[in-house]
Amino acid sequence: MFEYVWLIPLFPLIGFAINGLLGKKIKNEKIIGGLGTVMVVCSFIVSALILLQLLGLPGEERHFEKTLFTWIQSGNFKADIGFLIDPLSVIMLMVVTGVGSLIHLYSIGYMHGEEGFYRYFAYLNLFTFSMLLLVLGNNLLLMFVGWEGVGLCSYLLIGYYFHKKSAGDAGKKAFVVNRIGDFGFLLGIFTLFWYFGTKFNVWTINFHELALQSHLLSTEATFGVITLVTLFFFIGATGKSAQIPLYTWLPDAMEGPTPVSALIHAATMVTAGVYMIARMNFLYIKAPQTLMVVAIVGAATAIFAATIGTAQNDIKRVLAYSTVSQLGYMFLAMGVGAFTAGIFHLMTHAFFKACLFLGSGSVIHGMHYALHHADHHEHCAHAADVDPQDMRNMGGLRKQMPWTFLTFLLATIAIAGIPGFAGFFSKDEILWQAFANPLHGDLNYVLWGLGAVAAGLTAFYMFRLVFMTFFGESRLIPEAKKHLHESHIVIVLPLVVLAILSVVGGWIGLPKLIGERLGNIPNYFEHFLEPVFANGHVAAAEGAHLSATLEWGLMGTSVLIAVVGISIAYALYIIAPTVPARFVARFPRLYQLVYNKWYVDEIYDFLFVNPCKAFGNFLWKGFDVVVVDGLVNGTAFVVKNTGGGMRYLQTGLVHNYAMTMVLGVVVIVGVYIFR
Amino acid sequence: MDLLMPVVNFGAIMPELILSVVAMVLLLVNVFLKTEQKAYLGYLSLLGIGYSLYVVMTAWGTPQTGFSGSVLQDNFALFFKGIFLVGAALTVLIADQYVRREECNYGELYPLILFATVGMMLMASGTDLMTIFLGLEVLSVSLYVLAGFNRKNLKSNEAGLKYFLLGAFSTGFLLYGMALTFGATGTTRIAEIAKVAAASSAVVQNPLFLVGMLLMAVGFSFKIAAAPFHMWTPDVYEGAPTPITAFMSAGPKAAGFAAFIRVLMVALPTLKADWTDLLWILAVLTMTIGNLIALNQDNIKRMLAYSSIAHAGYALVGFTAGNSIGTAGILFYMLTYTFMNIGAFAIIILVGKKGEPNNNVSDYAGFGFKHPVLALVMTIFLFSLAGIPPMAGFMGKFYLFSGAVKAGYVWLAIIGVLNSAASVYYYLRVMVFMYMKDPTEQFDWVKMTVPVFITLIICVVGVLGAGIWPAYLLGLAQNAMPF
Repeated sequence: MFEYVWLIPLFPLIGFAINGLLGKKIKNEKIIGGLGTVMVVCSFIVSALILLQLLGLPGEERHFEKTLFTWIQSGNFKADIGFLIDPLSVIMLMVVTGVGSLIHLYSIGYMHGEEGFYRYFAYLNLFTFSMLLLVLGNNLLLMFVGWEGVGLCSYLLIGYYFHKKSAGDAGKKAFVVNRIGDFGFLLGIFTLFWYFGTKFNVWTINFHELALQSHLLSTEATFGVITLVTLFFFIGATGKSAQIPLYTWLPDAMEGPTPVSALIHAATMVTAGVYMIARMNFLYIKAPQTLMVVAIVGAATAIFAATIGTAQNDIKRVLAYSTVSQLGYMFLAMGVGAFTAGIFHLMTHAFFKACLFLGSGSVIHGMHYALHHADHHEHCAHAADVDPQDMRNMGGLRKQMPWTFLTFLLATIAIAGIPGFAGFFSKDEILWQAFANPLHGDLNYVLWGLGAVAAGLTAFYMFRLVFMTFFGESRLIPEAKKHLHESHIVIVLPLVVLAILSVVGGWIGLPKLIGERLGNIPNYFEHFLEPVFANGHVAAAEGAHLSATLEWGLMGTSVLIAVVGISIAYALYIIAPTVPARFVARFPRLYQLVYNKWYVDEIYDFLFVNPCKAFGNFLWKGFDVVVVDGLVNGTAFVVKNTGGGMRYLQTGLVHNYAMTMVLGVVVIVGVYIFR
Repeated sequence: MDLLMPVVNFGAIMPELILSVVAMVLLLVNVFLKTEQKAYLGYLSLLGIGYSLYVVMTAWGTPQTGFSGSVLQDNFALFFKGIFLVGAALTVLIADQYVRREECNYGELYPLILFATVGMMLMASGTDLMTIFLGLEVLSVSLYVLAGFNRKNLKSNEAGLKYFLLGAFSTGFLLYGMALTFGATGTTRIAEIAKVAAASSAVVQNPLFLVGMLLMAVGFSFKIAAAPFHMWTPDVYEGAPTPITAFMSAGPKAAGFAAFIRVLMVALPTLKADWTDLLWILAVLTMTIGNLIALNQDNIKRMLAYSSIAHAGYALVGFTAGNSIGTAGILFYMLTYTFMNIGAFAIIILVGKKGEPNNNVSDYAGFGFKHPVLALVMTIFLFSLAGIPPMAGFMGKFYLFSGAVKAGYVWLAIIGVLNSAASVYYYLRVMVFMYMKDPTEQFDWVKMTVPVFITLIICVVGVLGAGIWPAYLLGLAQNAMPF
């Protein structure tokens, strides 16, 4: 089966080609949506077969590269169009194609009747193709192609409702911010390529070859080239995976259709940065200082985004900040050398966050429908102006949308970290590793503390969301309420599947402590990934010097914190719903600060965006116009207004152009003669 | 008394000869054609270009010298000749629709394009400073006329005259530089100059020699539009008829690089340390100024003019590297740039109306919905220009920058990557208008003629093909390196 790995990206590419070229002619939504979905399901089947075959092999043989053809060959440098199969890439394949299939299916229902239905599915297939390329690429350059591809699709899909200015702007913002990250990624590739070339005379960008060479590197105690390279790659990761300081695009990206938010901005693309670091773990483990930066940025992002999440009223924005925060956890795991735990959380997060986004989509869909229909009644003509995404307009939806409610609740319990659910196992593993890893000394306790507090905040804002949306009295206008109903089966079905996964998905990675109690059940997930992170494990030794009692204690603490978070949400939004308003009235400044996302966007505008625009303007108007024309601006002005074009051009600009040339010559020759 | 007959080898200039003969025939035929029949000249010139290209391809791998060693048709020259011929052919293909619309369907257009191409070819294969100068003048004079070709249009006239004045000015520097080099070494043969300089350190230390190199570099910098000698570009590109703008941005720029590379690398390796520094600075200035000013342009031709300045800057990065991959990268880049840029200009021709009142980026609002396929094609070209994989532009930049990295110019590569990241913004703006803005007015259905259609297909195939399977082209380019 390994030989046929190229089929996996091929299917969505075919889907993209057919829908993109013929979709406008086909018109039939069932055919377009069905084709797009079936193609991803085919990829899923092939991925599953590959997983089965991989499981049948002994651990050390679980590595296979399929080279299609040589892409670039120049001298001793070579890059292939080649695919890499190992436990890490296969897990990603399963997540991308599995969750991807469900979201494609969901989209058929969600996007029903939208203008450009075919365009949507074409983009979505193209995205899947690019993401699979990113995951499967056996070298940095091919990964970069996928990396750019997913960025492009993300941009196209965020701006899908292009007639809304905010959507177009959000798309542009995502693209520009991501370019900053991509710049870091490219620098990383170049520097790494150059460093390995000059140091070992191995000019390569193939992951496997790089990993082999990296054994020869010694761990960098002080700032060195590997630290620099890994930091470059990390800049790339912060862009794509929305970490401080480049996270600002992700909340705005919620302008896109909700299934897109679920697939691209929660489950898959934004985790690319985490995947990339995991893929390069052999380098990161040689640069403890970079790991420290990664851990700090991750923990800071986790708690920072969580605080913003507590004050948002738009249902998708809460989830967006939650995603940023959860990605922070994954980076925290990477930073403490717990690569397995990070990938584990990546997987469980894909399940419950996709479920949450799709659930919110179901709610928005229902709200939109209800408001739209209420709009036709005479006495509530402005119903269509009510924001269907604002939680302040919801409440009590559990009665009208029981399936959405149930699945949403399960996923929320999972993300909050209640024992037995998927999120608990992965999050707890990360927190334990943050506490117990030998890498960062006393910083560990801070990292653990930040992570634990963020976990409490997560439990709080997620249950706040559930209580505001599904519990209490309905705040919707009565006319609209009559039209509320549960969504179509193609929307509910993916929710159910994802909810089940959110519950059971964590059981394949039981912590050793619990596994032993239950009769020596091993941590399957960790064993499976072991060959990929063979290096990493040495550094992130299990913290065996710490006692089991301590581990139980920490586990208990984090559960307690989650329960406290939920209780506060319950107290504030169910028992005494007036308290939040009083709190806002009491501390208006603090509320405004958090509600306005700590004004980070405004600060960025002030510090970077506006100066860049001004500088560009200055160069154009300042340099070309003022300096060049300025010398004879007056003459030019007079001539322009009195004489014809000919005279204008003879006396005006050419003179100055020639003048600039002469100046250039004088400077160049002068510098060389008198240096 | 023995008369020394110079060794003439017409084989070494066969592609040039073919084009020259065809061009002269065209001039004669032109007299007998009515205005609406001028397109036949285009077909004839395509035949000539095709035959010349065939000769170029069969001559691959068999270097020939001629005229006592003042021309050398090696693989390097042949590769560039290929670029010029492709550029000329694509220009002829897109020209007809434009000249009909603008009512400047004068027959001289085609012979002038052919003569300009002859000039470029001589620049690429010249191994004597005089041959290179000759080629450059043949090219430049033809281009001056071509830039002002739409003689009823004021802007076109302005472009032609400006280009002529500044071009003549820069030629002065070039010629002065050649004269100084001759003064210092006593020869104009490129290989001889290198020999003389290598044999005696007195020559190398002679300030005349150094200044000669610098002034020649200035002259070539003007041709390739490197900052600070780029000022003419935006005005000329904006004013010149669009097919001529496309033509100028591709072939002549490549010709400038061909001569620049040969003179510096073959004749003046002894000054390598000096000119590398100069190229480094020119590269940074050119990329940065080109990109930053392009950010604020509204006229799409002007935007692409600044973008072409920036692209010359990227190519200079590879030149600075001076190693095999960097220099081969220039050849690769020039060829693929020909496809993407002429392709983009072809779309501009299609969208434009008579008198070109609608060349602003905002005129592309809603283009993506009205003409999804054309917009997709334009998107491919813009992506390639922006250097986004898997288009050819990405591979080209990759070669150039990795050449610089390999040669140890990591910072230069970093500046290059940063620049190309910034450049995405202005290419993206066009796309934002195409896909995310509603059309401002009802715009007419674009009329497309068969030749333009063929051009677009060739360009798309070139951009995607060279992006996905770059190995073949790069292999050719590396084979073309005689240094």
